[in-house]
Amino acid sequence: MIPARFDYEVAGSVEEAVRLLGESDDAKLLAGGHSLLPLMRLRFAQPSLLVDIGRLSDLAYVRDAGDRVAIGALTRHHDLTTSDLLARACPLLAFTAGQVGDPQVRHRGTIGGSVAHGDPASDLPAALLALDAELVATGPGGERTIPAADFFRGFLETALAPQELLTEIRVPKLGGGSAYVKFNRRAQDWATVAVAVAVTNGGARVALANMGPTPLRATAVEAALAGGAGLDEAAAAAAEGTSPPSDTNGSADYRRHLATVLTRRALEKALPA
Amino acid sequence: MRRISFTVNGAAREVDVEPRELLVYVLRERLGLTGTNVGCDTSSCGSCTVLVSGESVKSCTMLGVQADGLDVTTIEGLATGGALHPVQQAFHEHHGLQCGFCTPGMVLASVSLLAETPSPSEAEIREALEGNLCRCTGYHNIVRAVQAAASA
Ligand SMILES: Cc1cc2nc3c(=O)[nH]c(=O)nc-3n(C[C@H](O)[C@H](O)[C@H](O)COP(=O)(O)OP(=O)(O)OC[C@H]3O[C@@H](n4cnc5c(N)ncnc54)[C@H](O)[C@@H]3O)c2cc1C
Ligand code: FES
Ligand code: FES
Repeated sequence: MIPARFDYEVAGSVEEAVRLLGESDDAKLLAGGHSLLPLMRLRFAQPSLLVDIGRLSDLAYVRDAGDRVAIGALTRHHDLTTSDLLARACPLLAFTAGQVGDPQVRHRGTIGGSVAHGDPASDLPAALLALDAELVATGPGGERTIPAADFFRGFLETALAPQELLTEIRVPKLGGGSAYVKFNRRAQDWATVAVAVAVTNGGARVALANMGPTPLRATAVEAALAGGAGLDEAAAAAAEGTSPPSDTNGSADYRRHLATVLTRRALEKALPA
Repeated sequence: MRRISFTVNGAAREVDVEPRELLVYVLRERLGLTGTNVGCDTSSCGSCTVLVSGESVKSCTMLGVQADGLDVTTIEGLATGGALHPVQQAFHEHHGLQCGFCTPGMVLASVSLLAETPSPSEAEIREALEGNLCRCTGYHNIVRAVQAAASA
């Protein structure tokens, strides 16, 4: 399966990428290509221009930024799994990156591409929601910071404007526990359902993958925990307010049940008795 | 058409490609390196795995133009001077293949694993090969071959 024809430009800088995006109505950025190229091969996506940002190596980094860790958007999943800084300061993200696809996918796919793609079944977006991450975008008007809670708008739809580039992802250093529990039926697959938990300043944030058109915060679980509920009682609220899909991996009802079971397991890991 | 210059199995190569040509077809059809197989064409099976800058990549999920300037190794580039690479030798000795279709990808994914993790546990080997499907062997001999190569 061969993609439809397109023009191809390599961006030498963020500014050049933003300018090139403005040159065509249906231009698309190409990072690792591991979401976009499969769609283009099936011709679900037929951009007229691909702007390759895969060579912007100055956007591939994991850096200490005081109480946060700053991650360049072009950092590959593989480099998140092998970062000593991330393993120490934000093990949730390092672990979650290792749950994405298989080694070949992790050698090419980037955190920026995973977040910008906006697939509710993806792993890193759920972890970033639980971490209350900040997403930094650069466009023709300059730079802005978007909280993860405002970033995911709909199925494959994000807060990014057509000419905007995601440049950095900032996550808090974690003092407390965390966990990512993913359930899938084939080793390399996306999550049927997954749950991310991050504990900061006494509060736990819980996020769900593949329980609706976007990754979601399990606010009912968070509220129950804040109100002093036990782990069983809190986890039982995991499916509240969700609208999971039904597909070959499971029905919506099955997913609702799975969400409560996986949330219970994730809470047990993140909040040891 | 666009000219790309890259290193393939140690030799500098220049080829004119269309931007939409996937790396696997550049290797197979423009360079005649048909050792890299296409199994699924949907990024799932890993039979098209090659090394790009020493790391395993599914060459059906990368454009040829993305390889411009980089170093690519295919199964044809592993043996040196007629001697099989230790991972190839181990697949041979431990019967890590039956029909052989998945084998180039399995071998290159294993080479990439051993470069990152020289002494993997059995569980680590199984995890690391999760992107490579084999319809014949049941995987046990493949895992044994990788274990043998790691201790060779
Ligand atoms: C076989 C296979 C299995 C996979 N399994 C999983 C899995 O289990 N879990 C999971 O989460 N993911 C999985 N993935 C997807 C993988 O994580 C992708 O790498 C990731 O979703 C996209 O990152 P990319 O760099 O490849 O982006 P690309 O494919 O290059 O781009 C994806 C989209 O984001 C846009 N984009 C890219 N970078 C930016 C940026 N910096 N700013 C703005 N827009 C940008 C592009 O224009 C495009 O629309 C799998 C993929 C494959 C092929
Ligand atoms: S042909 Fe590339 S993964 Fe199957
Ligand atoms: S040996 Fe036949 S597919 Fe693996």
